[in-house]
Amino acid sequence: MSAPVLRSMVLWVPDWPVIAAVRVGKAAADAPLALIDRGIVFACSAAARAEGVKRGLRVREAQARCPALVVLPYEQQLDHRSFDAVIEAIEAVMPGVQHLRPGVCAVRVRGPARYFGGEKAAGLALLAVLDELGVAGSRVGIADGPFTAEQAARSATAARRVRVVPEGASAEFLGPLPISLIESPALVTLLRRLGITTLAEFAALPADDVLGRFGEGGAQLHALSGGLDSRPIIPRVPPDELDARVGFEPPLDRVDQVTFGVRSIADEFIQALVGHRLVCTALRVEIDTELGDYSERSWLHPRSFTASDVVDRVRWQLQGSAEVDAGLRSGVTAVRIVPEAVDAIGNHEAGLFGRGPDERVHHALSRVQSMLGHAGVVTAVVSGGRTLADRQVTVPWGDRPLLTRNPQQPWPGQLPRPAPGTVFPTPHPVHVLASDGSAVEVDSRGTLSAAPARFSPAASGRGLREITAWAGPWPVAERWWDADTARRSDRFQVVDASGVAWLLVLEAGHWSAEARYD
Amino acid sequence: MSVAIDTIETMFDYGSMAPAAATLVESSPARASVRELQARIRSMQAATLDSRLVPTHPAIASLLPGGGLKQGATYSVAPSATLLMTLLAAPSQAGSWCAVVGMPEFGAEAAAGFGVDLERLVLVPDPGEQWLAVTAAMADAMSIVVTRPPKRTSDGNLARLSARLRQRGSTLIVMGSWPQSEAMLSLSDSAWSGIGAGHGHLAARQATVTVSTRLGGAPRSARVWLPDPELRVTRVLPPAESASATPAGSAASAVATDYLRAV
Repeated sequence: MSAPVLRSMVLWVPDWPVIAAVRVGKAAADAPLALIDRGIVFACSAAARAEGVKRGLRVREAQARCPALVVLPYEQQLDHRSFDAVIEAIEAVMPGVQHLRPGVCAVRVRGPARYFGGEKAAGLALLAVLDELGVAGSRVGIADGPFTAEQAARSATAARRVRVVPEGASAEFLGPLPISLIESPALVTLLRRLGITTLAEFAALPADDVLGRFGEGGAQLHALSGGLDSRPIIPRVPPDELDARVGFEPPLDRVDQVTFGVRSIADEFIQALVGHRLVCTALRVEIDTELGDYSERSWLHPRSFTASDVVDRVRWQLQGSAEVDAGLRSGVTAVRIVPEAVDAIGNHEAGLFGRGPDERVHHALSRVQSMLGHAGVVTAVVSGGRTLADRQVTVPWGDRPLLTRNPQQPWPGQLPRPAPGTVFPTPHPVHVLASDGSAVEVDSRGTLSAAPARFSPAASGRGLREITAWAGPWPVAERWWDADTARRSDRFQVVDASGVAWLLVLEAGHWSAEARYD
Repeated sequence: MSVAIDTIETMFDYGSMAPAAATLVESSPARASVRELQARIRSMQAATLDSRLVPTHPAIASLLPGGGLKQGATYSVAPSATLLMTLLAAPSQAGSWCAVVGMPEFGAEAAAGFGVDLERLVLVPDPGEQWLAVTAAMADAMSIVVTRPPKRTSDGNLARLSARLRQRGSTLIVMGSWPQSEAMLSLSDSAWSGIGAGHGHLAARQATVTVSTRLGGAPRSARVWLPDPELRVTRVLPPAESASATPAGSAASAVATDYLRAV
């Protein structure tokens, strides 16, 4: 408790999530933008705020206030990742930066204050770094302890962007601020009900009583509100630079040229990892183009990446579904390869005589993938769902399966087993006729117009054959609460005269064959 | 060494019998026995090559020449996905990798139901123009490769592919016809049970599996449950024995009532 209080400098970038989204090119800088987290506005741009959008609104209400609002999902990873660039830039000027949250970081004042000749000068130097990066509107607060300094930064104005709270004046500065600033919603609610609305009133409570009533955590918050923030600033250890980057001048507009250019940095990238006794099991490829497009994608590897695997991933990302020698929409100016997951090399050491058949399988599949593209070779996973297409998920070789529907759940209305051996990728139209030659229909109450008697597996209606047995209709009404994905259909099993059984679907008056039991 | 000597002896045995058999060609029972003997000679000669058997489903194994699927051989299956999955199930359960090339409609759920291990099943749904190259690449590493040729290829390519299969010891199953297949499997006379005119559901099926070989001889066939009401693939027992077994209809209707209750 009695540890010395450090003079701290806190940098605060208002609306950092919005700035991060604009920096990676997801939206224009001056557009009214809102980032949504679980249906609630998490952050919004200044243009949106001018229209009345604010944090905590529901999406629908925000859109009602500002019809031109650009709505994007909030990505925490992106926030953290892009703030790293800011911290690196600050570290180049003053050492010992602690990352508090995306948009907020703390520095010990003592060193920079002596170097730049005063606390305010140090703050201005910090702002200069941010302005150089193109991050506008950031604020700096300097006070005793990071908590007070952060409040000081938040109270700085656009005209005076550095606010210095003199040494020992923290309690005075914090006093009139509302109690809601301490980060413990439960405690804030309780204190309000006890009639305590400002930090000064909370700080005035006897420390021993607070400790007895609210425990260790409460006592710490009590100390914060009295300006006695004894938390040290722990500078981050800069991670080793493992990224690989290559720039192309002039920009390259052919896939094979880019792939060739990436080859050497892929070698260096893998060598650097091996130098750190690491292997990469997941990486991210970022591609910048001449027109300002930006594409990024994460790639997983069932074992660990080799240099040629890295080159393949870059090619597949550029290629999309096009051919190897296809031209690109705009020239590629830079490619960055960032390791997302690394592992100690000891866990991935190949045995003296190789690792047997699995390795051979992986090589063969990788070779086929380099012929057909990443999605050309897949493994199948059984998923949950009612339609056969839902129940069968294909995963490109090397990726992890991502099941959105749990196969363990009951899924009432799924087909009775056995499952059909042939599942048509796209259901094809068929004709089902009653004995008098009219088309069989199902009305809205689920009643059949007539028993199906004949059936033609072709869209043209040729090859008409007798139905020897049939069952149905089995109605499936899925997601009726959502107009876009709602689906209402009736399913039938029919056996034709040749003994082949079919799974037929009647949806909106049209018959189609979903699968065949052959 | 002793195996080789045995083989040579048996070859001599049959060699000495062949002229004796040729004198009996006129009468038809004799002709049948000659054909049978010739088939036996061929199968024994084929076994002298280094061809080992891949584990095969017992309901089908005895129909195949040599008593099972052979490594390095090609089999063609007249389009029936169920029959294909039955062929894949046993090797897959024994730990082999299987690849299915050029069949986007392959039903993975049914395959899992027949006992194919999906973790060791690789699909290449749309190889396009490169199906032959993809099939050859798969033959390098996979024990069983299933393919459906989109068009006829030249004999030279076929010969190269079969040489590769023999060298790698992997088995090729072709959906459709193939000029040099070891045997051709087909399915006929399907009879479904558990489904009626507007009630029940598909629960079990009996079908006749017929295997005809390239080398002639009478096609062999057997009546097989594909699948039976407990979703297994078994031989249909002759009527005398099946009286003691579970009647299919009652089990199927029990499944049907379960299903109706669930709906």
